[in-house]
Amino acid sequence: MSSPKTLFDKVWQAHEVHRSDSGQSLLWVDRHFVHEGSFHAFNKLSERQLPVARPDLTFGIADHYVPTQARDLAGVADAKVRSMIEQLSHNARQHGVTLFGLEDPRQGIVHVLGPEQGLTQPGMVMVCGDSHTATHGAFGSIAFGIGASEVAHVLATQTLWQSKPKVMRITVDGQLAEGITAKDIALTWIAKLGADGARGYAIEYAGEAIRALSMEARLTLCNLSIEGGGRCGMIAPDQTTFDYLRGRPWCPKGEAFEQACAHWATLCSDPDAEFDLEVVLQADEIAPTVTWGVSPEEALPIDQYVPDPAQLGDPAKARQAQESLAYMGLAAGQKLTDITIDRVFIGSCTNARIEDLRAAAAVLAGRKSRVPGMVSPGSTLVKTQAEAEGLDRIFIDAGLEWRHSGCSMCVGMNGDLVASGERCASTTNRNFKGRQGPGARTHLMSPAMVAAAAISGRLTDVRQLASSSPRASGEPS
Amino acid sequence: MKPITLLDTLGVALPAANVDTDQLIPARFMKEPRSVGYGQFLLYDVRHDEQGQRVSNVMLNHPMASQAEVMVSRRNFGAGSSREAAVYALVDDGFRCVVAPSFGDIFASNAVNNGLLPAVVTEEAAEQLLQALAEAPAPIVVDLEAQHIRVGELSVPFSVSAVWRTKLLNGWDDIDMTRQHLEKIDAFAAHYEQQFPWVAPVPPSAEIISRG
Repeated sequence: MSSPKTLFDKVWQAHEVHRSDSGQSLLWVDRHFVHEGSFHAFNKLSERQLPVARPDLTFGIADHYVPTQARDLAGVADAKVRSMIEQLSHNARQHGVTLFGLEDPRQGIVHVLGPEQGLTQPGMVMVCGDSHTATHGAFGSIAFGIGASEVAHVLATQTLWQSKPKVMRITVDGQLAEGITAKDIALTWIAKLGADGARGYAIEYAGEAIRALSMEARLTLCNLSIEGGGRCGMIAPDQTTFDYLRGRPWCPKGEAFEQACAHWATLCSDPDAEFDLEVVLQADEIAPTVTWGVSPEEALPIDQYVPDPAQLGDPAKARQAQESLAYMGLAAGQKLTDITIDRVFIGSCTNARIEDLRAAAAVLAGRKSRVPGMVSPGSTLVKTQAEAEGLDRIFIDAGLEWRHSGCSMCVGMNGDLVASGERCASTTNRNFKGRQGPGARTHLMSPAMVAAAAISGRLTDVRQLASSSPRASGEPS
Repeated sequence: MKPITLLDTLGVALPAANVDTDQLIPARFMKEPRSVGYGQFLLYDVRHDEQGQRVSNVMLNHPMASQAEVMVSRRNFGAGSSREAAVYALVDDGFRCVVAPSFGDIFASNAVNNGLLPAVVTEEAAEQLLQALAEAPAPIVVDLEAQHIRVGELSVPFSVSAVWRTKLLNGWDDIDMTRQHLEKIDAFAAHYEQQFPWVAPVPPSAEIISRG
């Protein structure tokens, strides 16, 4: 009998074309997503006069630079932004690559669109020139972000050189309490292990609380693997996965789907498989969590206080905290719920799926936001569905802008920016300095928590809001 | 790609942890073609004030820093976005090596693919190097064959994966390396697609697309 294997090992081995003397593996790639930023890679291909090896396995998606106020390219004032979207269309056309462009009814953020269209399936190796490609691991794929040179390599050969990472398992035992989300799990483990805590590792998420997550929540969790330094994040496929995939546009149909499911069901870590590192969290110890600093590791439960650098002991940590507080304009010892905000953003590949919008709308229903803000659905199909459910009305009635889908204010490449010095409660993935715009101050949290912050104008524990209806509490409606 | 064996140059200190790729090149510069030279965008918001004037208290703006080919920083350098433009900014500004206790995985791969050495040292060694460079950019020697770094009297070892070291020493490019394996790739693909027939993407019918 062969030795027990992890889920990661099984998928890796099935894709190993060649192993070099130095131990690097040449991996076969099942799906390659390219977006506007891939122009550097297409240029490299042109310089060498090479064709795209497998256009049938390559998919172009416009997301980073697309305007969110309209779907009309002519209306984009910045010629360079317009040109980014045009270059992608041009490259896709030239190389015979399927394109989900600006005006396509299926357009969306690559990490929302891939699963939604059924392009993302268990057991695959998937890559994209975007670090949040880790998202797709929610289906039990090895999915990770690569740089432009590697994108050019995949385009030219449909393979990628990789050194096999170590594998860690993050187990979440027990059941999450009401109001606790995948975002809170992620911010909790990253705060515990550090923003480089999983560096050099592939992560498998396991345990009762993970199994109970919906497909969309699993996508959120795997999406944030990169923020803890992980190479990728994975969850073994199960009935939840198969149910999600059945009938998706790009999935196999009928007999082929059943065949695929039978194989996918074997994709799990064997009971005796050994991991290089094991981390265990208790679900009941996870609270709604927000970031206070400029790295996702600078996160705390909402009932806590901004740390005092003087009390951190370690001089390196104290120095880092001091710098973070200065950038964020916060004082040591300040209560997190006393931090007032200037605007909110609901969107991004982390938290702009239909469940995320429903969660935010449930909190906002019948209430007003005290601050301006923007909601950008993860895909055009999510937008359509949200409108069919009336969620757009809830956001608009609360005073928020209802936009088209795209990466939008998560990264600000399309011109949607937070002004310098402004503080934004965001459902996004990065609170880095300047991420949402030069001088912007970002607090990461779940969609429901952003909605709660919008209503009170400061960071707020959504569990306290949920317990009182707007009328009963006498809040202005 | 230009091989690296030994760098005998100036080193500059960037004493910060978690220098992510959003800081190395802010997103708003990424729509520029590489031909404009990305060096001017390197750490733009760290090096400039809101009026676009260079700030004086950043060592990277020291008059001698323009000659530096080695940067020393703290842990988790290059975390975050996969943007290879972060590496282009360093390379176009003349850097050939970054020294830090740890690097973001994607950043490190990108660095090697552009002939930039990500040299990993201990936290303690990083602090010693930062201290040696605290006043001004100073002479530094990075020896890739011997894997050590010297600044004045201070000498510290560094690590880099064997594969990356070979690539950097020889200036090798991945696409060239892979082209030796094309037959093997074709044979793999044929067998793989037979073994897992459902993996081939099935384009949806026009009816499914329009139903959306």
